[in-house]
Amino acid sequence: METIKVVKTARCVPAKVVTNDDLSKIMDTSDEWISSRTGIKQRHISVGENTSQLCAVVAEQLLKKSGWDVESIDLLLVATMSPDTYTPATAALVQGKIGAHNALAFDISAACSGFIYGLNVAEKFMTSSGSACNRVMLIGGEVLSKVIDWTDRTTAVLFGDGAAGVLLERQEDGGASRFISSSLHTYGELGDKLEAGKTEALVSFPMEGEHKIKAFSMSGRDVYKFATHKVPVSIEEAVKKAGLTLDQIDYFVLHQANSRIVAQIAKRLNQPLAKFPMNIAKYGNTSAASVPLLLDELVSDKTIKRGQTIVLSGFGGGLTVGTQIIKY
Amino acid sequence: MTEQEIFDKVKDIVVEQLDVDADKVKMDSDIKDDLEADSLDVFEIMNELEDELDIKLEADEGVKTIKDVVEYVKKEVDAK
Repeated sequence: METIKVVKTARCVPAKVVTNDDLSKIMDTSDEWISSRTGIKQRHISVGENTSQLCAVVAEQLLKKSGWDVESIDLLLVATMSPDTYTPATAALVQGKIGAHNALAFDISAACSGFIYGLNVAEKFMTSSGSACNRVMLIGGEVLSKVIDWTDRTTAVLFGDGAAGVLLERQEDGGASRFISSSLHTYGELGDKLEAGKTEALVSFPMEGEHKIKAFSMSGRDVYKFATHKVPVSIEEAVKKAGLTLDQIDYFVLHQANSRIVAQIAKRLNQPLAKFPMNIAKYGNTSAASVPLLLDELVSDKTIKRGQTIVLSGFGGGLTVGTQIIKY
Repeated sequence: MTEQEIFDKVKDIVVEQLDVDADKVKMDSDIKDDLEADSLDVFEIMNELEDELDIKLEADEGVKTIKDVVEYVKKEVDAK
């Protein structure tokens, strides 16, 4: 049977660490307030490196870990909501930087669900009939610090920068590792609950003034409610499609937006919180990077082992939600 | 719904969400001071009430005590 395997994982975060105490010096907040409501203690903030640069470091690590020839990559996807430019795509910039000349490259714009949407796109590319796509590099990368409103203490404390990714390979030998099932949903009618980089059409022509791009804005309670309601539904849907039960899932690797959201989801699914590993304390919410960032840490410290059944789930801007179940 | 029915509903949700004893939840209990809830707990309590009673509530409607929540919910239920 033909299967898709997560071959390698890798991550990269910028060197600069900003603690909650550091933030309390530039805005009216405190370590106690931030950590009790979000679980966040610190985040990494990029000074000088853009999204494509963090992603390129991850790409080089993936190549090094796997020993793969860069020319063997057929598809290179970057999931991001903070691309370097409208065009070229961040994936194209990474493709150019690492010299993956045979790879088709484009970005996935689904915010914090972007990595999960990317897994789904990669799967479709690899399994469509007659496809010659065998090796995919998928990276979630964000430099959110450049789109955050640093005067808005309700959102500025939540986010961090980073990138992480995976190498996927289509294998004919039918090993244990495979993609099992997925569930993706988009709720565009709720799009205005979480926005970043909003642009404005001209009000007259010839235009006056300069182009404006708006910083990050979020309706916290609406997004909280969305996440705590829709993520359990998405996970249950994917688990049902897979013919599994929740008890058969070894770990739930969820988007790290807020530890309280993760705890609420665990409660709604009636699953022990110990099956929901978290690293939000160190990184904050890194949007599309968060799921692979956590996955790579868990693979590196051998928490996640080959043959285990893992739920990967993201949720956020769009609003979007996505779950992918894999046999790692 | 009567005020008592709404109070019972609010009490059930608060007990479940905040993990407090039912006899601690009284009409004059201050949600943040007496029941030690923070803003996210209030989100969750309001979310549960919205779902169970099919109404729309704002989290920042100036609710301080359980009585405030009961009265606010009653107003929205009556207006439905």
